[in-house]
Amino acid sequence: MTKTSTTIGSDWGYAPAPESADHFKLKDQYGLFIGGKFVPAASGKRLKTINPANEKVIAEVADGGEKDVAKAVQAARTAYDKVWRKMSGRERGKYLYRIARIIQERARELAVVESMDGGKPIRESRDVDIPLAAAHFFYHAGWGDKLRYAFPGKSVSPIGVAGQIIPWNFPLLMVAWKVAPALACGNTVVLKPAETTPLTALLFSEICQEAGLPEGVFNLITGAGSTGAALVNHPGLDKVAFTGSTEVGKAIQKSLAGRGTRLTLELGGKAAHIIFEDATIDQAVEGIINGIYFNQGHVCCAGSRLLVQESVEEEVVTKLKARMESLIVGDPLDKNTDIGAINSKAQWDRIRDYLKIGEEEGAELFQTKCSVPEKGYWIRPSFFTRVAQSHRIVQEEIFGPVLAIQTFRTLNEALEKANNTPYGLSGGVWTDKGAKIFKVTRGIRAGVIWANTFNKFDPTSPFGGYKESGYGREGGRHGLRPYVELS
Amino acid sequence: MSTSSTLSRRLPFQAHPVDEVGIKERVARLATRSIKKSSKVEGLKLALSMVDLTTLEGADTPGRVRQLCTKAVHLHSGRTDLPMVAAVCVYPTMVRVAREALKGTPIKVAAVATAFPSGMNPLTVKLEDTRYAVGEGAHEIDMVISRGDFLRGDYGRVADEIAEVKKACGEAHLKVILETGELGTLDRVRLASDIAMEAGADFIKTSTGKIQPAATPEVVLVMLQAISDFYRKTGRKIGMKPAGGIANAKAALNLLVMVREVLGPDWLNPDLFRIGASKLPNDILMQLEKERTGVYQGGDYFSND
Repeated sequence: MTKTSTTIGSDWGYAPAPESADHFKLKDQYGLFIGGKFVPAASGKRLKTINPANEKVIAEVADGGEKDVAKAVQAARTAYDKVWRKMSGRERGKYLYRIARIIQERARELAVVESMDGGKPIRESRDVDIPLAAAHFFYHAGWGDKLRYAFPGKSVSPIGVAGQIIPWNFPLLMVAWKVAPALACGNTVVLKPAETTPLTALLFSEICQEAGLPEGVFNLITGAGSTGAALVNHPGLDKVAFTGSTEVGKAIQKSLAGRGTRLTLELGGKAAHIIFEDATIDQAVEGIINGIYFNQGHVCCAGSRLLVQESVEEEVVTKLKARMESLIVGDPLDKNTDIGAINSKAQWDRIRDYLKIGEEEGAELFQTKCSVPEKGYWIRPSFFTRVAQSHRIVQEEIFGPVLAIQTFRTLNEALEKANNTPYGLSGGVWTDKGAKIFKVTRGIRAGVIWANTFNKFDPTSPFGGYKESGYGREGGRHGLRPYVELS
Repeated sequence: MSTSSTLSRRLPFQAHPVDEVGIKERVARLATRSIKKSSKVEGLKLALSMVDLTTLEGADTPGRVRQLCTKAVHLHSGRTDLPMVAAVCVYPTMVRVAREALKGTPIKVAAVATAFPSGMNPLTVKLEDTRYAVGEGAHEIDMVISRGDFLRGDYGRVADEIAEVKKACGEAHLKVILETGELGTLDRVRLASDIAMEAGADFIKTSTGKIQPAATPEVVLVMLQAISDFYRKTGRKIGMKPAGGIANAKAALNLLVMVREVLGPDWLNPDLFRIGASKLPNDILMQLEKERTGVYQGGDYFSND
């Protein structure tokens, strides 16, 4: 067609659209939350929490030690014995409903803080993390007075004091996953958030105060790995729940051996994401993007191993590249950002190591051409082709925006490759044929398998793994089981 | 051509299945793009330059068409920074009037043809309709596909008809209207897009504007993806024209976002992207005046032509 007008559109783009952070004020310093009050660490030590997008210090938090842990566990025990276990389920539910509502009321603040502290794009913290956290409290609030119906024919009672350790990839959402079922079932909690992302857990402590939650029912100890170890090693716990790396999970299991403390572990993953030739390719490409580049790939159930049927490999890879180039990497607080900052320097180094390892192993690296800010920790969306099952980038969890692409010829070959991993947390399958979906989902040993979608979460749906991905389930009726005594 | 040959009836069009849930998710995600300030102003002007300003009423008169053509050139009195629209779209009998009124401007005249809007006439009549419009001076022909044949599965016949109309167009550019509101599923929208492009369409267009639903974001996304696949396969860039129900500035910006992220910036110009509308320009003008002055003005400050 002849030119009808200027081509002014070719450089039309999006102006910066930053979410404002001036509608709330963070404190410079935060204490530990023990027995309903904020207190400094016994040692007086503090840690800095930084914004991974600009490396600036946001606030200082207390570095909890053994003494603090002991105090917190004592507070939780007292609250359990004197108040929480005796309270009717309906009353407990009332507090959980209140917490859910306050999370919704403070959603904007929580979303901004989540993005500042952890580097995730505001689009995700606003549309996924915070609404889901509230949903988990709403869901479990409803169970408070219905536990008898969750376990028909059984008498249900709480366990006691739960020590919970959560990771940095979904800070507030993991608080909700851990705390909501524990509290709904009548247990009290001592929680340790990740070293790099303590802020929303601290705001959550404020929310507990605001909701009038009885003192000591929820306690928060901030700190690093040693603080977590002190919590796990405290003899006063009846139950430990951990989400994090397989390595630390194994250490926790060792230290709990012979103690009679119950344990659930939600550990790493290396999910196979299988695309058949009869899939809806454009939507599958979207699923791949959502599977591995959601939250910078800091997702234990990320679809990090792509298995494409060889007849559509070229189409899928071409389309994937094109789609990846349209991803906007940058300021997590910009509403148009798709991919934010890598959570910490340590994780940034680790991912870059894996990129190097992949190339040394002979795989072919593709990275998008987008520009990234100078300050802060950034990795462009990446994938490897020409990879083999034996490569470390196929076997080990990278926990970053790095995908390994392999091909397969037959369904059985896909299943074999999918299962040939020490992990078993999640998986995905794309095909237009219903029967094939069932064949694949039955054939893969993983806790969650998504069909024609990926990374969908709901409080009613149990989540958890097999093999080195841990054991125990969170969410749904299954997620109540680790927090109740049945007789 | 009264019956299609068995051969063309069986023309193999490879099915590209579309997942409606996935399409809806992608649409929702694209709708969260935040278009503010300079990018909003630039985007709105860009959208104006892509409008096919349309009047398709039985009550159209030469006077009304002339008014519309004046509007096409001067969108808003007192503003010199606005582009002209891309084209004026009228019934065949109004083509000559529009050509006269637009003489000396780069604005194209598009005519709907082929028994618009239903397409319920024999091919000979459709071809004659097309030749008449081209003879009157239409630069562009907006044809409708035979939805009855398509829904019956007679894809070859639909393709043949488009190819014949394309021939009858001569130099004029051909936009093929799928009338997606009558196709029922996104899978069919995709198939109809593929058929139209294979058969020679220069543009594919969602709707006549006479049927609801018309240019829903879901339908637009599916058609954009079809264009993208066709380009990858053949190297030919086919244009896209959503039409029907696009009445406000926000919807127009959302369309630009979809084009930019699915097809890329190459498609962001009136040669490859058009918006069929009659009321849209005034809403855009209202937004532009708001950006310029800081306050909204009432509808009476914008001309209704």
